Amino acid sequence: MKGSIIILLFFILGLLAGIYQLLPDHFLKNDYSLYALYLLMFLVGIGIGSNKKSLQVIKQINFKILLVPFSVITGTYIGVSIFALLQNQLNLVESLAIGSGFGYYSLSSVLISEVASDMLGVIALLSNITREIITLLLTPLFARYFGKLAPISSGGATAMDTTLPIITKYIGSDYAIISVFSGIVLTILVPFLIAIIL
Amino acid sequence: MIPVLLLMTLGIIVGWIFHHQTIFLQWISKFTNWAIYLLLFLLGLSVGTNKEILSNFDNIGYLSIAITLFAVAGSILTAWITYHLFFKKNGGKNER
Repeated sequence: MKGSIIILLFFILGLLAGIYQLLPDHFLKNDYSLYALYLLMFLVGIGIGSNKKSLQVIKQINFKILLVPFSVITGTYIGVSIFALLQNQLNLVESLAIGSGFGYYSLSSVLISEVASDMLGVIALLSNITREIITLLLTPLFARYFGKLAPISSGGATAMDTTLPIITKYIGSDYAIISVFSGIVLTILVPFLIAIIL
Repeated sequence: MIPVLLLMTLGIIVGWIFHHQTIFLQWISKFTNWAIYLLLFLLGLSVGTNKEILSNFDNIGYLSIAITLFAVAGSILTAWITYHLFFKKNGGKNER
């Protein structure tokens, strides 16, 4: 939660700097974000590769545990596809791309704004932050009425870190490894799925 | 997009090689946060100069929340099915 507030704060800071033209012109005309994105992807990779949890988790792989991230992806895509059919502002491809963030708002928003448009990037940012907030707030409800995998599924990529404490509190620590596994798989897949879809 | 994916894959390999270097990794983690802050600031900056988005911001907000409700509902539905078919004790026949 604290992380998402800081990130939103930087976004708003940039927004204000843009609206009131607080920065010199050449800064606005040059697009530095591509290089920053390259750097970020390398750093994110290091974070995933060195994650001690991910090393432990690889040893636990079996058919059942692989079903969890697979069902998160399938369910999310079914949901956003229905959404795409019901309105005419976001088409199927755009909706699938936004869904492919799985709550990983920082990376998905930046990637989508780079590949598609700033408009879609902002929607990805707000949508995936909302996914994290919904998970933080509704995990007790989800766990009670939709089974122990529901909060993991709702959390998506965040189930490995930011929403993990609340998830394990309500579904039990024996499911923690599944939560971390699903979150890590989705975190790695986010950039690949966005690249395939867009 | 391809350089993005290659750089992440390269990073995963580098991270795996250095996964015992605690101080290096702490530094990487801080650096990652600042890279994210910078990118979100830059995204804000280009949105702030985009009149089309600014004049449409409340609509964008509603769209974002609506699509998320569908994404979460869909994934909870499949999670519920997966749980009852494969995870719930006494549920699946493969448990016995």
